[in-house]
Amino acid sequence: MAHQTAQRSLAGDVPGGGDRRQGLAFVVPALLLVTVFLILPALWTLYLGLTDYRLTGVQAAHPKVVGTANYTHALGDKDFRDALGRTLLFVLGSAIIGQNVLGFLLAWTLRSARRWARALVETLVLLAWILPGVVVAWLWIAFLKDQGGTLNAILHTPGRDWWFDHPMGSLIVFNVWRGTAFSMMLFTAALSSVPPSQLESARLAGASGWQQLRDVVLPGIRGHILTNTLLISLWTFNDFTPYLITKGEPHGASAVLPVYIYLTALPGERLGFASAISLIMLVINLLLALAYIRILRRRA
Amino acid sequence: MKVSLEEVTKVFDGGVTALDALSLEIQDGEFFALLGPSGCGKTTLLRTIAGLETASSGSLRIGDRDVTRVPPGARDVAMVFQDYALFPHMTVADNIAYPLRIKKVGRAERRAKAAATGEGLSLGGLMERRPAQLSGGQQQRVALARAMAAQPTVFLLDEPLSNLDARLRLEARTFLKKLQHDLGVTTVFVTHDQAEALALADRIAVMESGRIRQLGTPREVFQRPANVFVAGFIGSTPMNLLAGECVPGDGETATSWGHQIDVAGVRLPVPEDIVTELTPGDKVIVGIRPEYLTESEDGIKGTVEIVENLGTTSLVTLTTTGPSVQLTVPEGREPEPGATLHVTPAPGRLLVYRADDGELIDAP
Repeated sequence: MAHQTAQRSLAGDVPGGGDRRQGLAFVVPALLLVTVFLILPALWTLYLGLTDYRLTGVQAAHPKVVGTANYTHALGDKDFRDALGRTLLFVLGSAIIGQNVLGFLLAWTLRSARRWARALVETLVLLAWILPGVVVAWLWIAFLKDQGGTLNAILHTPGRDWWFDHPMGSLIVFNVWRGTAFSMMLFTAALSSVPPSQLESARLAGASGWQQLRDVVLPGIRGHILTNTLLISLWTFNDFTPYLITKGEPHGASAVLPVYIYLTALPGERLGFASAISLIMLVINLLLALAYIRILRRRA
Repeated sequence: MKVSLEEVTKVFDGGVTALDALSLEIQDGEFFALLGPSGCGKTTLLRTIAGLETASSGSLRIGDRDVTRVPPGARDVAMVFQDYALFPHMTVADNIAYPLRIKKVGRAERRAKAAATGEGLSLGGLMERRPAQLSGGQQQRVALARAMAAQPTVFLLDEPLSNLDARLRLEARTFLKKLQHDLGVTTVFVTHDQAEALALADRIAVMESGRIRQLGTPREVFQRPANVFVAGFIGSTPMNLLAGECVPGDGETATSWGHQIDVAGVRLPVPEDIVTELTPGDKVIVGIRPEYLTESEDGIKGTVEIVENLGTTSLVTLTTTGPSVQLTVPEGREPEPGATLHVTPAPGRLLVYRADDGELIDAP
C-alpha cells in the first residue's frame, strides 16, 4: 500500500496526475474562503431578491417570498432605468472614451518626452489614482464648490454650483482624472512591446505620425486596448466613489447604479428590491466578463 | 546612387560619440560592408544614412542631393532590419505593398507590383500568409521584397544574415550577393561577422570607436590589414600578433640594412620592401596568419598544446617561450599534443606593425 502511494506521488510530478486527496487539501482553504465570502452572500442576495424584505417593520421580521415581482418591477421602474442609463453614460464617457483615450495619449506623448517631464507627469497622474477615495472625494467637492471653490476662483465665476448644474458631467471629469493612471501605465507597457524597428520601417516608407499609429501601433496593441477597455469598464460600472461626492444629489441626478442600490437598500429600507437590482447588476458584470474572455480566447 | 559622408559626427544625448568626424564615399552600385565589433558605430552609421538618426555635424549626400536634414521617408532609401520588422497583422502581399500604399499608388497597381516583386523572390505561393506562418528565410525575403517594392536608390541592410541558422545563412548569403548583382542598386550592409563581409562586399570599411580603421576590398583588408586592430579582427582564425624588436643582423649579412626582427628569441628576416623603414631598437609587432605559418627545420620553436579540427585543416596552438602561436596544418598532418614543432612564416606573408601606434609599416 505504502509502495503504491509512493508511486502515485511520483506520478504527481506529471501535470494532470497525482494524488487527488493531497491536491484537494491544498485548495480546500481557498475554496472555503470563496464559499463564505463570495458564494454564500451571492446566494443570500439571490434569496433576498425574491422577498419583500425591508430594514424595519413587519417585512423585516417576517419577509414574504414574492417571486420575481422585484425583477419585473425593476425592469419597469423609471428610477432604475434612469440609474442604469446614467451608469452607461458614466462608463462610456469616463472609462471607454475618457480614460482610454487620455491614457493612450499620455503614454504616446510621454514616450518621447524628456526623462524628468515623464517622471513628473507620471507621478501626478499616479497620485490621483493612489489617493484614498475619501480624500479625492473631498478634494473634488472643494474644487467644484459653489462658495469658495477653486475652479470658480480660476474662472472668475463665483457662486456657480458645478455639482448641482452638471452632476453627471462633473462625475465623468472626476473619474477621468481619477482613473486615467491605470490606462496610461497599461498603454505605456503596451507601447514598449511594439518593436521600434516596425515603426522605423513605416517611417522609412514615408508614413506620417498618424499613419504609423494606424498601421503599426494600434494593430500591435489591439489586445491591450481590449483588456484595458474591459477592465476599466467593469471598475467604473461598479464604482461607488460618486456617492462620497454627491450622494446621488440633486434628486438622484447623479445616482449611478451602485449609488442607486445603496440609496434603495439603506436609506430606502427596501432590501428585497435592492437585492434584485444587485443581481441584475451582477449579471451585467458577468456578461461583460464573458464577452471579454471570449474575445481574448478568439485572439489567442 | 552614390552615398557620400563628409566629417559626419554623431554624439548621443548621453554624451557618447558614436561617429567621429567620419568621411566616406560609397560608389554607385557598390555592395558595401560596414564591419566592426559591437559598439563601433557601424549601426549608427547605417541609421544615419537612413535618416533614423540625424548627424550632429557634417553632411550626407545621396547622389547630388544633400539629405543631412531630410526625414527618412523622403530620402528614397529602404532598409531591411535585423529582425525584418514585418507587420504581423498584414499579409505578405500587404507587407510588400506597404511602401506603395503610403506613396498613394492605386490598389490594383500596388497589388500587381507586390505580386511581381514577390514572384522574383520566390514568394509566389505565400502572398496571403501572415509573417508568423513563414520560416526565417521566407521572412527575410519578404523584408527584402518590401524594401525593393518602392524601387529605392539605396538599400540598407542591418545584420541581414544574423537571424538565420548556420546552414540557411550560407544559402542566403549567395542569394543576397546574386540579388544585389542583378539589381545593381547601391547597397550598404552592417555586420559584425568578418567572413560575411569578406564574402559579400565589393568594399569593406572596418570600424572601431566611430572611426574607419581601414577601407578596402576584401582582398586588401584580408591580406594587408592596415593596423593591429584590423589584423586581429579579420580572418576566421585570429592572426598571430607577436611582439618583437628590430636588431642588427648577425653573421655575414650584418650590413647596415641586414636587420632582423627578434621574436621570442627567434630571428626573422625583415621583409625586403620595408628594410629602409626600420632601425635597430625599433619595437614592432609581427603579424602572421596561422595559414601562412609552415613547419620547418628551424624558426619559432614551440610545444603543441591544443589541436582543433576545422575540417580540411586543423588549428594547432603552440606554447613557446614567448606568447603562444597558432598555425594551421592540412588534414592528416596533425601533430600529437606535446610534440615539438618549428615554424616559419611563408615568404612574403610577414606583416610588421609599429608597436607604438599599431600601424602597418608599408613600403616607402
